[in-house]
Amino acid sequence: MDHIELSLTQSLDHCIKCNICTSACPVAAVTDAFPGPKYVGPQAQRFRHEGQPVPDASVDYCSGCRVCNQVCPTGVKIAELNARARAQIVAERGLPLRNWLVARAGLVGRMSCGPHAPLLNFGLRLSPARWAVEKVIGIHRKAPLPASSTYTFRAWFRKHRAPATARRQVAFFHGCATNFYEPHVGKAAIAVLEHNGFEVLLPKQQCCGLPLISNGDFKAATSAHEANVQALVSYARQGIPIVGTSTSCTLTLKEEAPEILALHSEDVQAVAAGTYDIFEFLRSLAERGELKTDFRPIERHLPYHQPCQYRAHRLGSPAMDVLSLIPGLVLEESHAECCGIAGTYGLKKEKYQIGMDVGAKLFDMVKRSGSDLALCDSETCRWQITHATGVTSKHPIEILAEAYGLEL
Amino acid sequence: MRTIETDVLVIGGGATGTGCARDLAMRGMRTILVEKGDLTHGTTGRYHGLLHSGGRYVTKDPQSATECARENVVLRKIMPHCLEDTSGFFVTTPWDDPAYGDVFVKNCRLTGVPVQEISVQAMLRREPVLNPRISRVFEVMDGSADSFLATRSTALSAEEYGAQIWTYHHVVDLVREGDRVTGAVVEDLRNGERIGILCACVLNAAGAWAGKIASMAGVTVTVLPGKGTMVAMNHRMLNTVVNRCKLPDDGDIIVPIHTVAVIGTTDVHVPDPDVYGIEPDEIQFMLAEGDKLIPGFSQYRALRAWAGVRPLYKDRDVANDRDIPRTFKLLDHAERDGVEGMLSIVGGKWTTYRLMAEESVDALAKRLGNTRPCRTAEEPLPLPPTEHQTTFRPPVRTTGPGASVAAEVEALQHAPLYWLGKHLAEVEREQSFADLICECEMASRSRVLAAIDAGAKNLDDIRRDVRMGMGPCQGGWCIYRTTALLFERRGQDGLSQANSNDALLHFLQARWKGLVPVLWGDQLRQARLDELIYVGVLGADRLRPIAEQGGGLVTDNPAVATEYVKA
Ligand SMILES: Cc1cc2nc3c(=O)[nH]c(=O)nc-3n(C[C@H](O)[C@H](O)[C@H](O)COP(=O)(O)OP(=O)(O)OC[C@H]3O[C@@H](n4cnc5c(N)ncnc54)[C@H](O)[C@@H]3O)c2cc1C
Ligand code: SF4
Ligand code: SF4
Repeated sequence: MDHIELSLTQSLDHCIKCNICTSACPVAAVTDAFPGPKYVGPQAQRFRHEGQPVPDASVDYCSGCRVCNQVCPTGVKIAELNARARAQIVAERGLPLRNWLVARAGLVGRMSCGPHAPLLNFGLRLSPARWAVEKVIGIHRKAPLPASSTYTFRAWFRKHRAPATARRQVAFFHGCATNFYEPHVGKAAIAVLEHNGFEVLLPKQQCCGLPLISNGDFKAATSAHEANVQALVSYARQGIPIVGTSTSCTLTLKEEAPEILALHSEDVQAVAAGTYDIFEFLRSLAERGELKTDFRPIERHLPYHQPCQYRAHRLGSPAMDVLSLIPGLVLEESHAECCGIAGTYGLKKEKYQIGMDVGAKLFDMVKRSGSDLALCDSETCRWQITHATGVTSKHPIEILAEAYGLEL
Repeated sequence: MRTIETDVLVIGGGATGTGCARDLAMRGMRTILVEKGDLTHGTTGRYHGLLHSGGRYVTKDPQSATECARENVVLRKIMPHCLEDTSGFFVTTPWDDPAYGDVFVKNCRLTGVPVQEISVQAMLRREPVLNPRISRVFEVMDGSADSFLATRSTALSAEEYGAQIWTYHHVVDLVREGDRVTGAVVEDLRNGERIGILCACVLNAAGAWAGKIASMAGVTVTVLPGKGTMVAMNHRMLNTVVNRCKLPDDGDIIVPIHTVAVIGTTDVHVPDPDVYGIEPDEIQFMLAEGDKLIPGFSQYRALRAWAGVRPLYKDRDVANDRDIPRTFKLLDHAERDGVEGMLSIVGGKWTTYRLMAEESVDALAKRLGNTRPCRTAEEPLPLPPTEHQTTFRPPVRTTGPGASVAAEVEALQHAPLYWLGKHLAEVEREQSFADLICECEMASRSRVLAAIDAGAKNLDDIRRDVRMGMGPCQGGWCIYRTTALLFERRGQDGLSQANSNDALLHFLQARWKGLVPVLWGDQLRQARLDELIYVGVLGADRLRPIAEQGGGLVTDNPAVATEYVKA
């Protein structure tokens, strides 16, 4: 076992039972069904062993938001231990159809995306249909399902003509959401990157695998990550930065997949080291004085929520840093731990209300702001915010594109 | 002085004495067992936790090996809830004589210890943390065993058959009339009352203290107390017992038991079974030996260290201490010393306790004219009230030398075998996770209360029943909770706040003893937090003046204090 693996598996030994994680966990705060990170993490781990029957079930209520990891004073990798425990449950008891389905955003997206999307979206807005979906599959009738797009991001990109002035290259990791549900986020990213003199390359790619990881399907997650590494490693080796707009996809490539799935090959490490969240990348350009600052002022006061998955990058607040360069724009940070959706967590029938309660602080803040627009880097969080507050939400890159005055 | 009459007085509430009491009672003899502490207060409660396959003794002590192999199967049938079917490996590491492997297998065959060689790859598949440089692996029927639970269950059965079990009763003298022992004087340590017990026969099962008891009757029995130190690591990095494939030596076994992995032991002669120390070099040596079996073992978090004393019986004709056999010996003092009315059962292993009891009670029954046969090998033990009535049956082993026995045991449909996840699974089933008193070891309020109601006489007794305070935080969060429950429950019976304070201080001190030898890294950090809780928040350092022994608790009696000293 290498040191990364040991630092995970042995981290349960660092727990001094201080309860700090349990007092910080947003899920434990709102439901009695979840005993909290200390219990399901390092404590329960002493009663688990591969090759023995799985003793527990309550760990499945962990949303994977990683707040616990951030507050633990001794460095216990609680969220990772939880993810692995869930995978053991899945390996032993099987994956429910619902979880199989929600873990495959790409597959679902591929089937629903296209000219037939409006019809499908309309159907899914009807309450009898959602009632049936809840009964049969277990997705809560009110849960925020994204509307499918009439075209994919990749189809648009194929027709897109890049400016001939590019000096440098980046590879873009769009993820499932941008491809099937929100191509406009990808378009904004491409516009911003090209405006800053980059030629954007579009590697072959699959779902990053995070929904598979968080639903405990490690086998499928491993093959997804291995395929992505194979497709991306040549870019990483050439020093071409891999940039993504979905904070959870980039976190998965950087850290979650290698650590949780115990994948530590040199290729995996090269891709992890060469991947950046888009605002991390733009901020580093700004720091080197290489980011264009020809912004038009935007005189607005907007609520901004940094997703828990973004905080887990441990980068500070790159989107805030870059957007602060836009004259007139004032962002108010939510300081909320989590919006509650946690990827696919809040979609589930038994977890929907927990997710809504977890996000209550954030929803309050957004509503109190009186703004008709909120900013957030992660797609599922945006859908949750809009669902809970009725306020439109956008990726910060869209505002940046607007500030540059770029045509989308 | 009150005097009571019985057929047999058993001295010692370890595995052996309790096993004797059960056997006696089952055969219809009136029996009183006295134990100066709680049950398992002696060596039984401080042992390594190994249900021996016998493999360890095949070369040096073949008789012990055969006895262990037979009893191993018997115990699986009568106390599955106390045992875990971990299986065991004897492994040849680069530090061991490669030639011993063949000798080992040959001697296993000769002594009737089931064994099967497996490939190193198969070993690593099952236990990836083991040293890949191991060259040969032999699988045997080792298991791990909870001696607290086993002794409790045995005592419960003895009581069901009419025996009286008196814990916290200290034998202060034996009564000898001419050439006959006719009884004993015992002191109730809860209130100092002295009681006379008249009996037809005394059965001395006082383990390492057997010599002290015998001397009260003017008989010389030489028991050399051999101290063995063990270290528990914070979690089970493996699920199989591993032994070095060599002649028994220090630090050569790792036993996964409950939530911990225990490495042991050392073997040092000490002058007195109540006074011994744990030395830093013992700990260091064992951790270094652990590294040979599991690379990086010494870097895992050490939880606690403790020591027990082996009751090694030295026969009159043995010149060299090293030649003392590990098997047990029944001493009939009428034949041996011309003193009637007393037998001593000395030496042996936890694994062979039932056989020791059977032989002792056979001899005793003959003397008392009782002809009923021993049935302790067939009748399963009852579950004490602190146990979950669990229904989950862990999967039955299908490979290795233990497979056929496993199937046989399963077919009996007794209580299921213990398995690592048991307590977590029960807490999850009951959804009692918000009601855990000891979180580390998953002891729920209902189980702690059951232990109190069953008569626990201090917090250490509760610990032995439900493992309260035995996990990573070593009581940081559960000691004050348990003290409060004890006070609530026993307040009406006269237990005062001052008595409860004393119970708390007593237990804190007992936990601290085992922490001192491993105070580095994570455990040091833990001790610092525990100090902040007890001293910083609760002011335990100012509790002494308002703490007082009593209320039916025994917290600080010199008769049951084990002194850890620097040797
Ligand atoms: C370090 C170590 C590790 C071991 N590991 C294993 C193992 O893994 N597997 C195994 O099978 N065996 C093991 N053994 C051996 C095994 O633990 C003992 O052989 C067994 O527990 C002895 O039980 P016992 O009942 O004979 O003695 P004890 O358990 O010592 O019982 C004797 C009792 O007599 C009581 N007593 C003494 N004086 C008085 C008095 N005056 N009045 C009233 N009561 C009194 C004591 O308090 C004590 O409780 C180990 C031994 C040691 C030392
Ligand atoms: S990852 Fe989030 S939900 Fe899970 S235990 Fe940690 S803080 Fe709680
Ligand atoms: S914060 Fe860390 S050390 Fe404290 S209880 Fe949680 S896991 Fe243990």
